[in-house]
Amino acid sequence: MWMVEIPPFVPFFICALIAAVARGVWRSATMVAIPIISAFHLWMVPEGIHLQFAFLDYQLILYRVDKLSLMFGYVFHIAALIAIIYSLHVRDTKQQVAAMLYVGSGLGAVFAGDLLTLFVFWELLAFTSVFLIWARRTRRSYVAGMRYLIIQVLSGVILLVGALFYVAENGTLEFGHIGLDGIAGWLIFISFGIKCAFPIAHNWLTDAYPEATVTGAVFLCSVTTKVAVYALARGYPGTELLVYIGAAMTCFPIFFAVIENDLRRVLSYSLINQVGFMVVGIGIGTALSINGAISHAFNDVIFKGLLFMSMGAVLHMTGRINGSDLGGLYKTMPKTTVLCIIGAASISAFPLFSGFVSKSMVMSAALENGYDWIWLILLFASAGVFHHAGIKIPYFAFFAHDSGIRASDPPKNMLLGMLIAAGLCIAIGIYPAALYALLPYDTGYNPYDATHVLAQTQLLFFSALAFVWLNLRGMYPPELRSTNLDFDWVYRRVFPSILQKTFSIIWTINNVLRKAFLVRLYRCLAFLAKKNDRSSVLLSRTYPAGSMVMWVAVLLAIYLLLSFT
Amino acid sequence: MLAHLPILQVIVPLLAAPLCLILRRSSLVWLFSLIISGIAFLISISLLQQIMASGTIVYELGGWDAPWGIEYRIDKLNAFVLLIISAVSTVVLLAAQTSIEKELPKDKHTLFYVLYLLSLSGMLGIVSSGDVFNVFVFLEISSLSAYALIALGEDRRALWASFQYLIMGTIGATFILIGIGLMYQMTGTLNLDDLSRRLPEVAHTRTVFSAFAFVIVGICLKLALFPLHLWLPNAYAYAPSIVTAFLAATATKVAIYLLIRFTFSVFGLSFSFTTLPLQILFMVLGLLGIFVASTAAIYQKNVKHLFAYSSIAQIGYMIVGFSTSTVTGLTATLLHVFNHALMKSALFLALGAVMYRIGSVQLSQFQGLGRQMPFTMAAIVIGGLSLIGVPLTVGFVSKWYLLMALVENGWWLVAVLILLSSLLTIIYVWRIFEVAYFKPPLLETEGIKEAPISFLIPIWILVMANIYFGIDTRLSVQVAQAASQSLFGVAP
Repeated sequence: MWMVEIPPFVPFFICALIAAVARGVWRSATMVAIPIISAFHLWMVPEGIHLQFAFLDYQLILYRVDKLSLMFGYVFHIAALIAIIYSLHVRDTKQQVAAMLYVGSGLGAVFAGDLLTLFVFWELLAFTSVFLIWARRTRRSYVAGMRYLIIQVLSGVILLVGALFYVAENGTLEFGHIGLDGIAGWLIFISFGIKCAFPIAHNWLTDAYPEATVTGAVFLCSVTTKVAVYALARGYPGTELLVYIGAAMTCFPIFFAVIENDLRRVLSYSLINQVGFMVVGIGIGTALSINGAISHAFNDVIFKGLLFMSMGAVLHMTGRINGSDLGGLYKTMPKTTVLCIIGAASISAFPLFSGFVSKSMVMSAALENGYDWIWLILLFASAGVFHHAGIKIPYFAFFAHDSGIRASDPPKNMLLGMLIAAGLCIAIGIYPAALYALLPYDTGYNPYDATHVLAQTQLLFFSALAFVWLNLRGMYPPELRSTNLDFDWVYRRVFPSILQKTFSIIWTINNVLRKAFLVRLYRCLAFLAKKNDRSSVLLSRTYPAGSMVMWVAVLLAIYLLLSFT
Repeated sequence: MLAHLPILQVIVPLLAAPLCLILRRSSLVWLFSLIISGIAFLISISLLQQIMASGTIVYELGGWDAPWGIEYRIDKLNAFVLLIISAVSTVVLLAAQTSIEKELPKDKHTLFYVLYLLSLSGMLGIVSSGDVFNVFVFLEISSLSAYALIALGEDRRALWASFQYLIMGTIGATFILIGIGLMYQMTGTLNLDDLSRRLPEVAHTRTVFSAFAFVIVGICLKLALFPLHLWLPNAYAYAPSIVTAFLAATATKVAIYLLIRFTFSVFGLSFSFTTLPLQILFMVLGLLGIFVASTAAIYQKNVKHLFAYSSIAQIGYMIVGFSTSTVTGLTATLLHVFNHALMKSALFLALGAVMYRIGSVQLSQFQGLGRQMPFTMAAIVIGGLSLIGVPLTVGFVSKWYLLMALVENGWWLVAVLILLSSLLTIIYVWRIFEVAYFKPPLLETEGIKEAPISFLIPIWILVMANIYFGIDTRLSVQVAQAASQSLFGVAP
């Protein structure tokens, strides 16, 4: 069957082309149809390598299908469909085209079987996604997009250099297990790490996502980091370093998320926190933990998408997104409120919601493999997630003090998008076997046993209690208009100021020296000019042809000198 | 007929040049030159096929045996360069008539084609001849006609640029001649193949050392190696657009060919790289060239100047590849010769189209051209991406091989510097994109239309080649690899 050879990014790129030309109903119809058709197509494709060709001396694999890539392929299709429905009301051609290209690049990256193809899609992801940020057309979004683009392209360049070293070391470009031995492994690891928002390298995410458009953020939150998670799962499963990096990723965003006012930025921090769970899972590297990481990525795409959609709906209807400006919206936006709460319940891993069935796998794996401390950290992080994403988001947006805003529920297509996502959250939570069947390993894991359910529920209730108590006593950090300093302060303020200082010192020294030198020179010149008018003429005239000939002579002299010695 | 191809390759355009004077009518002459160049292209294809199938072809002029008579010796390297020159020449000629109608006075048209064909045959001659003196003669033919071609430019500064080029080119040629003379004195032969056998006997003498130094400096001048590049920017910028497109893609490539031929075949690998610390010297000069010229390109206001400086930087890449003195490095150099010819001819032709419509290639005049001349600007964008070395374009292929060669040699630092230099390329290419796409059109250029189809066809042939050879690298990589392997195999 020739159809097998069409990699999934092709339909999306074609769709982008159509979206660029078509208008109105036709565009909407194609954009909804393409992910569905492409998903069916993907469903039919057997595992194996379907498309490859020779490039230079290497075999480039454009389309490799196995369980790992399939899993991400499915979820990107689902996310794309939901986000497209959610964004049907948008009339901005550039944004629609960019979104389709972006999802297509993500799919291309996930099904790429070699590092060079991966690199190409890696960079395409960066270049297509930045338009979703710029599409907001504000000064802030332009600048944030620029910073985002620089970091993403940098990650790509590091990947390319790493691939180059990898070829030099192994003589093949195939993208399989890489591991941290050798400089190539480290370079590629750093490149994946940047895209995966490792601590210190995470600022592009919290900086840029909240500046994206309402619909753009929904696309963004589902693809970029998940591609990085996929790449890590492919190249570095069982790398112990990842356990610690992941644990750090689950914890530090909590503190920022709790004090942050911009609710979409809160979600960005919680995105890093969730990715941390996946990274830990990949780092542990057992069948169970990898399963956990992947299924958590799958679920995260859906429930994080749902949360971004609900906050997007709030932003779309009210024009505000700061916790301090919002509140009391449940009266006029009841449907959004319910949907948001479902998302919040999923991310907090309530039993019967999707987060629960995947997160508990990672936690169990940590405990089984003797990472007790890590397990405790993850436990703390779970409580933290519940705090900032599970309670804070719905509470400050829809309840809390009444802000007096009377915005109605968003347009139907936005609600439909959220509804599908919410449906999936609950469906997976109730019937996890459907999800487990897709996973790469068969572990016979069952999330609904007494210990898991009890432990998680206990955790959630105590953490809810803490929130209530803190709030009643007025000790919970209030929502304030503030700018919170994250690590990017170092490279946006400290580095430049250090550089500026050093340069200003160098310039001062340079100026002083130059002045001194010039004074001397002028004195000499004046002296010479007095002595002989001809010398000043000599110095002020230029001899272009003459200087060229001089260079020839110099070079010949050097060559001769070098060859005689 | 087939057996005479090596000489036909040179003699057809050489004889056709004076015939142009008889035809006189501008469009007829154009058609005639186009056909002649096309024939040269077909001959070079057939030569390359023969050589890839059966190995080196030796052709003796007039039936005289080699050391006494003149022989033409075509191996993989020659055939590769011949193909590049004749292909670019043919494609560029497609747009010639439209362009010179605008840029040159009517009475100069015939002259233009005569000179063009002479220059072409000179370059083809340099590459195919197996006799050093013959090489010198052809070098002079191609150079003299190139000086005159540049002087045809409508800008009066073209005269000055051409004059400078004349002085520098003559010095370079003289140096090469001095080197040839010294070699002849020591060995009594002018045949390249013969020289390579006799030189080792006298390799320890100072005369041979001097000969080598003179030849290398002469060639470096011709290929505009930093710091001998000063003649190039003005010569390219003020020449008629077609001439720039033709010379930028071919003239320096021929010099690269000569450099490889002399160092690898004539003097031999061990002599060349031990007498002079050629490795370190070329590596440093190449890198300096890349950085200085790329930085200079960033500050140019004239886009032709900008790409001229970028050419100097690209030559730096070729020289760095050469300096590794490994098979991969030389492959990278040869690939870049091929790829750079494709990129620069496309870019300069596109500039020719801009010149045709606007009458200037100042960067400030490019405002809003992205909307007004979408196809031409798209060509510049793709050419620019190729220059940067974005995957799926030819620029990526040669940069990849260059980096591989550097990594093989363990020159990490150089590899990093090469990657950093790509950032400079991004900057100067971005400047054009920014002006063309993000600024509103100027009042004076409002109502400018897309370039005529006679421009767009050759431009897009070259752009498509840029993409095609970036994806299907069989032809370029195979031939370049085979050529560089045979050079290392032949070398004593």
